[in-house]
Amino acid sequence: MGGWNGKLLRVDLASGRLGVEPIPRTWQEQFLGGRGLAARYLYEELDPTVDPLSPDNKLIFAAGPLTGTPVPCGARYMVVTKGALTGAITTSNSGGHWGPQLKFAGYDLVIVEGRAPRPSYLFIDDEHVELRDARAWWGCGVSRTEDGLRGELGLPDLRVASIGPAGERRVRFACIMNDKHRAAGRSGVGAVMGSKHLKAIAVRGTGGVGVADPSAFHQAVWAMRAAMQDHPGRLSFATLGTAATMDLTQAFGALPTRNFQQGQFEQYEQLNGNAIRDTRLVANKACFACTIACGRVTRLGEAADKFLVTMHPRNWRMAGEGPEYEVAWALGADTGVGDLDAVLKANWLCNDLGMDPISMGATLAAAMELYERGSLPADQVELPLRFGSPEALVRMVEATAYREGFGDQLAEGSRRLSERFGHPELFMGSKSQEFPAYDPRGFQGMGIAYATCNRGACHLRAWTPACESRGAMHPHATEGKSRWVAHEQNRTTAHDNTGVCLFVGGAGGPLELLVPCTAAATGHPYTLDELIRVGERTWNLERLWNLKAGFTRADDTLPPRLLKEPHAAGPSAGVTVDLETMLPQYYRERHWDEQGVPSREKLQELGLASL
Amino acid sequence: MAPSLRIVPEKCTGCMQCELACSWVQTGAFQPSRSLIRVHIFDEEASYAPYTCLQCDEAWCLTACPVNAIRIDAATGAKVVLDERCIGCHLCTIACPFGTVFTLPHSGKAAKCNLCGGQPACAVACPTAAIEYVVAAPGEWFHGWAERVDAGYRQARAGRQP
Repeated sequence: MGGWNGKLLRVDLASGRLGVEPIPRTWQEQFLGGRGLAARYLYEELDPTVDPLSPDNKLIFAAGPLTGTPVPCGARYMVVTKGALTGAITTSNSGGHWGPQLKFAGYDLVIVEGRAPRPSYLFIDDEHVELRDARAWWGCGVSRTEDGLRGELGLPDLRVASIGPAGERRVRFACIMNDKHRAAGRSGVGAVMGSKHLKAIAVRGTGGVGVADPSAFHQAVWAMRAAMQDHPGRLSFATLGTAATMDLTQAFGALPTRNFQQGQFEQYEQLNGNAIRDTRLVANKACFACTIACGRVTRLGEAADKFLVTMHPRNWRMAGEGPEYEVAWALGADTGVGDLDAVLKANWLCNDLGMDPISMGATLAAAMELYERGSLPADQVELPLRFGSPEALVRMVEATAYREGFGDQLAEGSRRLSERFGHPELFMGSKSQEFPAYDPRGFQGMGIAYATCNRGACHLRAWTPACESRGAMHPHATEGKSRWVAHEQNRTTAHDNTGVCLFVGGAGGPLELLVPCTAAATGHPYTLDELIRVGERTWNLERLWNLKAGFTRADDTLPPRLLKEPHAAGPSAGVTVDLETMLPQYYRERHWDEQGVPSREKLQELGLASL
Repeated sequence: MAPSLRIVPEKCTGCMQCELACSWVQTGAFQPSRSLIRVHIFDEEASYAPYTCLQCDEAWCLTACPVNAIRIDAATGAKVVLDERCIGCHLCTIACPFGTVFTLPHSGKAAKCNLCGGQPACAVACPTAAIEYVVAAPGEWFHGWAERVDAGYRQARAGRQP
């Protein structure tokens, strides 16, 4: 069998029982792997109404069939669980080297259940699997934990996925970090891991991943590499990183600024791809098998001594990674901070403390708006939370991870924060998850994408600027958007399930080129239509799970600021999100009823009728 | 002059495509643990260093082998392990000053880069031309690097003296 290992590792933290199980071939063919296969297990095994931070929740790590192969960017794994931030099914994706290592160790999935009686970590060395005492590492940052476990086990090649102090303290948007700087970032998967007292999963794999049809596989891989090599998208990723996107959103008035109060940020040129390259970039860094290398290795230089923090020791002169576009926006434009060094420092802190910088920045932005309106009493905070304050930014990141002082409130995320201080309308997100870096008043399509995403607001399931910024569709019109978003969600989901990074799509390697790779690797004769059907099946299954968890049509919505308050100036002036028009169209496009429930016929067609 | 592997660490992004390609040649699977070229990642220094056999002119692995299991490939100049002659004594792995002769996990025999008979898979797979198979004077890249490192050590040592 190629691509797939066909085995999963099940870990019961409460009893310490460890077991290996075969994965049904039919499930693998139907859901491919990664996010889809993990969702199938979650649907089968987890009551959707459990408290996400209770021992009853399950945490699944899932690689795809192309993870660990030389398909460009075949590096990804997914973390699937009930999100601590959202209460919805969550699917957080990460690159680096951890996912491939899990495949080399012989597993496609790890299912973690229960809660360990004491801080523990899981050590996987091929067939040898062991739960070990992690009390020595509890409290450590991600970087120290990784190095520490390599030392403890005497294995320099070990790959580690771990949580930092934020996950231990169940910060609602804590990440799971691997290879020090790569994050399964959103929805609080790190808080779930922390609630299970699981500090890390350390993996070494010495086995290999085979493919069913080697000659067809190599041909498909090289066709994809050739298509990507000189593609302008790949070159842009490589030279400017994802932060190049800031110029695009600024130009369309879609760069959310100061908690979405404006659509452009006057200091964007201090945070964009050029600024990072010209002042702080040291080297590009690739994830496993990546031929793009969008990763930014950066140094603070003379700024290492600025914005010092008190609780978290780090040698600030060593290189770190980031910022990505999302981070430069969330910790920068959204908080009104135009100081790249403060953003960089806050980014590195988020990495090492194990927190999602999108939700962190957005939550701080909501707090800043509350503060400036006078809704947040000054005696609650240790320093003025004014928009644009780099000191507040860096200090609050640290305070949030440790839940110290007002950080304890920020750690709950902006939905809970703004409700607590009497202004629920200041929460900028959907299904309790903060929006990422696109203002849907500049790109109308992002409105329907955010409102309908199964894991809460997300930019990685249907990135509409792809068609809205290049003339294919008017950025402010609603026409055709619901259809495009539904179809794109299916495509990106299929793509995610393969275990390949989504960025290849924007770098000249679309799903069409992944089809022959997937077919040749697995030996199952996938076609483009069938792969998209896998995506649609996964999307509908996630939706069914969310409905059982209690989500309804009322949750497929956006805050009033986006629906009713247009920007006063700039390229997106006068535009609001017309969700009322787009949502029913979206449901029809998906063959869901007017309440957003998948129809019997659709489920039948997708082979989900028995669920 | 025969071509050789020119490795420029500054161009490497740490993607491991070379390890994938090499391991495929060795085992018919994608299995970096069996690659004969290894990428060392120095995160804090933002440095990635692929390294493999340098095909030394004066090859100590070959000299050390008690059963003449390492021969010179006439076409490429590569030092090649003859699997059927190797007795797994590990002397070549000890003799190699660079640590680029490996031991196979199941047979215990030696394995090292043989330049794939003249078409090294690692060089083909590298997306950034950090590894190239070209005719180049040996001093062109490796010696330059060694000289820089040596100069650094000399300086550091001089600084420590009273």
